[in-house]
Amino acid sequence: MSASSNPTAASPVKSVPHAGRLDAVGYLIALAGIVRRELLRFFHQKERFFSAMVRPLVWLFIFAAGFRNTLGTSITPPYETYVLYEAYVIPGLAVMIQLFNGMQSSLSMVYDREVGSMKVLLTSPYPRWTLLLAKLVAGVSVSIVQAYAFLAIAWFWDTGIPPVGYLAALPAFLASGLMLGAIGLFLSSLVRQLENFASVMNFVIFPMFFASSALYPLWQVRASSEWLYLICQANPFTHAVELVRFALYGRFEPVACAVVVGTGLLFFTLAVIAYDPGRGIMARRGGPAGEAA
Amino acid sequence: MSAALDVAGVSHRFGQRAALSDVSLTVERGHFMALLGPNGAGKTTLFSVITRLYNNQEGRVSILGHPLDREPSRALAGLGVVFQARTLDTDLTVAQNLHYHASLHGIGRAAARARIEALLARVGLAERRDDKIRTLSGGQSRRIEIARSLIHAPRLLLLDEPTVGLDLESRADIVAIVRALVREEGLSVLWATHIFEEISPEDDAVVLHKGRIVARGRAGEIGGPGESLEDAFRRLVAAPDKRTVRSAA
Repeated sequence: MSASSNPTAASPVKSVPHAGRLDAVGYLIALAGIVRRELLRFFHQKERFFSAMVRPLVWLFIFAAGFRNTLGTSITPPYETYVLYEAYVIPGLAVMIQLFNGMQSSLSMVYDREVGSMKVLLTSPYPRWTLLLAKLVAGVSVSIVQAYAFLAIAWFWDTGIPPVGYLAALPAFLASGLMLGAIGLFLSSLVRQLENFASVMNFVIFPMFFASSALYPLWQVRASSEWLYLICQANPFTHAVELVRFALYGRFEPVACAVVVGTGLLFFTLAVIAYDPGRGIMARRGGPAGEAA
Repeated sequence: MSAALDVAGVSHRFGQRAALSDVSLTVERGHFMALLGPNGAGKTTLFSVITRLYNNQEGRVSILGHPLDREPSRALAGLGVVFQARTLDTDLTVAQNLHYHASLHGIGRAAARARIEALLARVGLAERRDDKIRTLSGGQSRRIEIARSLIHAPRLLLLDEPTVGLDLESRADIVAIVRALVREEGLSVLWATHIFEEISPEDDAVVLHKGRIVARGRAGEIGGPGESLEDAFRRLVAAPDKRTVRSAA
């Protein structure tokens, strides 16, 4: 083994310019690195991209086509005329991608914790909440790529989305992605093992998706059940969908925006507490095998 | 000058169970300290406290003179860690993994590039720069992890059983690389292990058993007259709940 006496090797402990800089520039470098890693991982996992695309397209191709006549169409803001059912569900399906992605990020956090790469992240010298925020932004970046890929395909339907709507929707996707990612981040602190992800599907993704305005306008829900209507109104996913739906048609929905931003902040705060070394899960149940009871 | 690592009176509990009880140790600058202990002795818990994955419940940890509780960023900036579990992204290349880690310490891509080249040369894997991690052997992955832990120019290196699961030759490589870093670069090292061949008689050593330090001193002097380190270790960990610390120093 000649590695250690390799004459070309530079001194590994000699300091490098900017090594360990703890200012804003250093943090932005860390943020960019975390986002880059997430995107690299995403593009290396072709099947993940594929399945993220297939899910909403199946809804659009099959479900929406089948239910077009049953569910009918409606004049409900932001639409000013009757729209095809396909056009109605497209914003909801785009946000559904983000919902799945948020939960997938949460799954990958649990995985990262199990394989130890979470430890590597948390030994970075930057404050822990900034690392979690970077992780969140990384996941949202992936979800936005997916959502726009879906919108590009959905463009072939007669959606009536004006070109400027695609631009206006970007901050809405950012806000909804951050909210759903923050919920996922918080859930990742509760879920101890990967196997438990099925229950996340059952108890989080499906109720959030179906009890929302993604697939049907809420006035239709209200016609059936006042209670269900209230539940749908209280569901932050509804507001994420409406925020994006309005933005796609060039309009701003202040209530939806407030709910999405507020819910995002709440769950992000909870996640930061959960990942705090003193209070959260790392301390309570993160003990190494054989050393923790 | 302050010690590279100063652990003073650290205790840690998981619920009712004490994983660490009043653990104190000091790694002097430029020294190699072996942390010996059987499985479940508390080595990984101690590493988790030092790396701030767990809160420091009781006692005090300082890295290069920076208290971990009051100056966590400065303390962590001077610390490099090789965890027991493999923590590289297997789908990404060697360089992508190392760039990711450089960014976690605020080192931009341009500055990191030359450094990655130098560190890969140091661990003898310069030619594997663009290969995916999954194509490397276990020993090669470990060498990459050592290179990774050095990217931000730490002065203290923590390694948690870095040679577990490796063949003899790979183990010898890892030990040689880390010893050269101590000898040539003045790096300070805390090396957790239960493999005696990795320890030299002149190393500093502490023996951890059931969360307590049961012996400390020069590795060659921990055993009694005519007793090898291995025999001394077996005797120490066989003694139930030994409370008195044997010091060879």
